[in-house]
Amino acid sequence: MNTTMVPAVEVAALKDTTLLNMGIFALFVAVTMVIVFRASRNNKTAADYYAAGRSFTGSQNGTAIAGDYLSAASFLGITGAIAINGYDGFLYSIGFLVAWLVALLLVAELLRNTGKFTMADVLSFRLRQRPVRIAAALSTLAVCFFYLLAQMAGAGSLISLLLGISDWGGQALVIIVVGALMIMYVLIGGMKGTTWVQIIKAILLIAGAAVMTAMVLAIYGFNLSSLLGSAAEAANNPNILNPGLQYGKTETSKLDFMSLGLALVLGTAALPHVLMRFYTVPTAKEARKSVVWAIWLIGLFYLFTLVLGYGAAALVGAETIKSAPGGVNSAAPLLAFHLGGPLLLGFISAVAFATILAVVAGLTITAAASFAHDIYANVISKGKADATTEVKVARRTVVVIGVLAILGGIFANGQNVAFLVALAFAVAASANLPTIVYSLFWKKFTTQGAVWSMYGGLAAAILLIAFSPVVSGAKTSMIPGANFAIFPLSNPGIVSIPLAFFLGWLGTVLDKRREDPAKQAEMEVRSLTGIGAEKAVDH
Amino acid sequence: MGNEAQPQDATASVDFQEVQQTERFKTLRKRHRSFVFPMAVIFLLWYFAYVLLADYAVAFMSTKVWGNINVGLLLGLLQFVTTFGITAWYVSYSNRKLDPIAAEIRNEIEGHQFDKDGNVIHGGAK
Repeated sequence: MNTTMVPAVEVAALKDTTLLNMGIFALFVAVTMVIVFRASRNNKTAADYYAAGRSFTGSQNGTAIAGDYLSAASFLGITGAIAINGYDGFLYSIGFLVAWLVALLLVAELLRNTGKFTMADVLSFRLRQRPVRIAAALSTLAVCFFYLLAQMAGAGSLISLLLGISDWGGQALVIIVVGALMIMYVLIGGMKGTTWVQIIKAILLIAGAAVMTAMVLAIYGFNLSSLLGSAAEAANNPNILNPGLQYGKTETSKLDFMSLGLALVLGTAALPHVLMRFYTVPTAKEARKSVVWAIWLIGLFYLFTLVLGYGAAALVGAETIKSAPGGVNSAAPLLAFHLGGPLLLGFISAVAFATILAVVAGLTITAAASFAHDIYANVISKGKADATTEVKVARRTVVVIGVLAILGGIFANGQNVAFLVALAFAVAASANLPTIVYSLFWKKFTTQGAVWSMYGGLAAAILLIAFSPVVSGAKTSMIPGANFAIFPLSNPGIVSIPLAFFLGWLGTVLDKRREDPAKQAEMEVRSLTGIGAEKAVDH
Repeated sequence: MGNEAQPQDATASVDFQEVQQTERFKTLRKRHRSFVFPMAVIFLLWYFAYVLLADYAVAFMSTKVWGNINVGLLLGLLQFVTTFGITAWYVSYSNRKLDPIAAEIRNEIEGHQFDKDGNVIHGGAK
């Protein structure tokens, strides 16, 4: 099937659908706003605002987790990566999925049983409060910052594609509008509103991807092999079906992929916004159910992206995708246009917009909760602040973070989205995961071990990124003019994650102080039995 | 103290060290760890074996098996299958081996069997 001539027409036609795209998106915003307003009626206590009154069911929360996790990076980034780099894009999605087993087996239920609102609740449970809480809050804020930056940068390239706005100022304006909308959702709706936005978006996204997958497969008579053959033919490169197109170029890039794989698989269970979702259900059993739902939905979705990616390669063509506004990220929208014309494009575009809104909202409420609950309530006012003041602080923090996200989004506009998310995973896996695992499973773990591991992992990850080709020294760097990239890999995980585990061990064995064995006993019993766990709020 | 993760009133009088020493709790901990640790090691090894193959054994992964479907794609899809499989296995294991015993321990604690001496709360649990 020769399609190299058609796409040029498609890209031109995209501009004519701008109004339709905006209309469908406006409809989504209107519907979700109504739901958020209704959901916000019961936002009285801190547990309501941060944890949605712990009233969601496992299946609802699982869908929301999928909505939170399947970011624009997953949908646009992975589809585009498969369309351009073939198999290597698929490798990405496998890491993203397998990672959920870490959350399911080692983290979700134990965390639900021992914490209240934030990741720091668990990490500081049996260690000294102040130092551990501050460290956990800082790493939460760092992870949220990287992730937010990725989402907002994605918003920029999406806008350029969907609304035909190619100038920098116009894109900046739309990023401001998206950011302002998100601030409204989180301010008014809290965790409950955010969760509903994520649930609705997850359903729309997975349904949309399912329809497109069925359409692509129908074109090839539901024969995966002939789809792959057509993709290879259109790409004029049989290697699109084999690993190595993106990461197999040099020994450094191979090592970089190992590093990325490590960060993906160990990062998920340490993402603060994912961890916080486990507090929105009433029991650990519902937390388990959430992860199971999330695994099925996310797995299914990544199977769809495999078909969509190769479908875009075969039907739209790599050259058209690369030259379209939005570049690699435009593969999925272009494929939607090819398959279902302006209406399907409008739908998929609106879903992609909704995706950014939902994910950014989830990150913002996590960062705000961490600041208000961990830093303000527990450290600055030493637990004396009442819940009303704490929520007030959280709401103000939402505005500050929203503004920072908008500025960051304008600055990072044009960066590869999936890649920035990988950096957030590396920071999470380095700064958070070792301490989560040690404090849940290692009796002798001490405060010094936690603090060394968290600051060491955080500093190592961020410094290595700063001195990597992501920031300088390459054409695609954030600062292309300069070159201080002394670390060759663009993902720091392979160094920073083992280092953080080592520091946690070293800090513990060198610690002269012992932790209270009674607190350890309490944490262990509570984590496994669920005794005394936070209950659902009764309205 | 500012520790909001501290026990609430319902569990303030519980001697958790005593609970930790009971055979029943030790069984629960053993059952939990003897499932999740080996399973975590297995799926991580399998995932990294797959990543290493994709990274360094490109020729092997590119071997066509059927039509345009190659070893790499099959192994990738197998990662999905094992992820789904381990998930289902863990859920059934928890339902059978972990949840009942955890509920028993919870009931015992709520029935004040492990209250510290001189700090017994009178009256039944809610």
